[in-house]
Amino acid sequence: MVEYRIDRHSGVATYVQIVQQTKQALRLGVLRPGDKLPTAREVVEATAINPNTVLKAYRELERDGLVEARRGLGTFVRRGLSTAPADSPLRSELGAWAVRAHEAGLDREDVAALFTAVLDEHFSTTADRPATATTADQPAPATTAGRPAPATTTDPQAPDPTPQGDPS
Amino acid sequence: MTVTDTALAASGLGKRFGRRGAWALRGCAFRLPAGRVCAVVGPNGAGKSTLLALAAGLLAPSEGTVTVLGTDPASARARVGYVAQDKPLYPQLTVAETLRMGADLNPGRWDAETAERIVSAGELDPGARIRTLSGGQRTRVALALALAKQPELLLLDEPMADLDPLARHELMGTLMARAAQYGTTIVMSSHVVAELEDSCDHLLLVGGGRVRLAGEIDDLLDAHTRVSATAPAPEGTGDTGLAPHTVVESRVTGRQLSALVRPSGPLPDGWRTAKPSLEELVLAYLRNPQAAPLTPAEPAEPAGRPADAEALA
Repeated sequence: MVEYRIDRHSGVATYVQIVQQTKQALRLGVLRPGDKLPTAREVVEATAINPNTVLKAYRELERDGLVEARRGLGTFVRRGLSTAPADSPLRSELGAWAVRAHEAGLDREDVAALFTAVLDEHFSTTADRPATATTADQPAPATTAGRPAPATTTDPQAPDPTPQGDPS
Repeated sequence: MTVTDTALAASGLGKRFGRRGAWALRGCAFRLPAGRVCAVVGPNGAGKSTLLALAAGLLAPSEGTVTVLGTDPASARARVGYVAQDKPLYPQLTVAETLRMGADLNPGRWDAETAERIVSAGELDPGARIRTLSGGQRTRVALALALAKQPELLLLDEPMADLDPLARHELMGTLMARAAQYGTTIVMSSHVVAELEDSCDHLLLVGGGRVRLAGEIDDLLDAHTRVSATAPAPEGTGDTGLAPHTVVESRVTGRQLSALVRPSGPLPDGWRTAKPSLEELVLAYLRNPQAAPLTPAEPAEPAGRPADAEALA
């Protein structure tokens, strides 16, 4: 079972946060096929968000083929995104790399910047981020994301280039 | 359960206090589909409380009509929960006596377990007299009464104002769970938009005794665009290029034009555009009382709602 954490000031639409956190749980193997998602009632009781927001997120996950709603039973995971589950070789290689980076004297932000740079080199950034599309001309995600965001650096989703609107 | 897809509707609704008094509310027309969580937002004195009291049947309209759950407010009363801004309770009763009174006054509808759960979550002593409680604790008792009645429509006037952040989150969660599980329509007022932003899907913006904006929050946000542009016009000509669109607010600072508009066609290429936040939208309308209201009387398709049994099971 996942527990959603809603950050009201992230600039990311609430339903997108639920979609992203669910996908994250699927990638890390926290959620696996057959697992049940919390009911809308459970989510809104814990987060105080509107029930429609949860249903919208679940519908999007369903459209992506990741979950399915079974009438009267709940919403269940259909397939994982676990190409690299918690105990996969890729993860342990990354772990070993992190140890080497640490030994080489890099600190947390250096590593995050490096990782983001490599990530940007190999993966397009526009993919699964519908909510942020309205802000035009957003510069490519800065490699030194100066945002003091606690605990996001270990997030392989990369520090999100939160649109701050126009500096007008 | 009665099948009505409209929880609350008003037509030409107006109220003034005294025959020659000023209008507290006038020309109010909107429709709130059942199952929505609606924020009634506006500055102090805008007419929010008057609107809620009219819906609750505690005030009679001076003109126009208000329809509640498909009937008039008095006939709907058993199916409506209303918590007034000052949370009226009997000060000499204890918490336990207040709940027993609620049970006696609502035969056949009373959910004692819900009432107990809400009260005990606030660690209230059942033997404590209402008069000894803090404002926030009284709010909790009033909400316990309103929810235990298992209403189809909840009218809450400034429900969160007295609550500490923890109680606010917990009780808002309780309200949302109620909406998710039973499809209860909730209407709550506040002058703090941010407080309601995540919990509500529908908006009634009241200002100067009129409804300025009414509709699904997503639709209202989609209808508006925040634009900014550089050097829009030769100095002094005043031609900003905004003319074809409905301008809610615009400002020129040096060579910088920024505005909130309802676009009525494509915007010029060089303009930067962004979706406004709910708070930006509301503030722009409040700052500009002359801006054209947007209150579609017949909102698009009432999209099906939580009866989505699969997600709720």
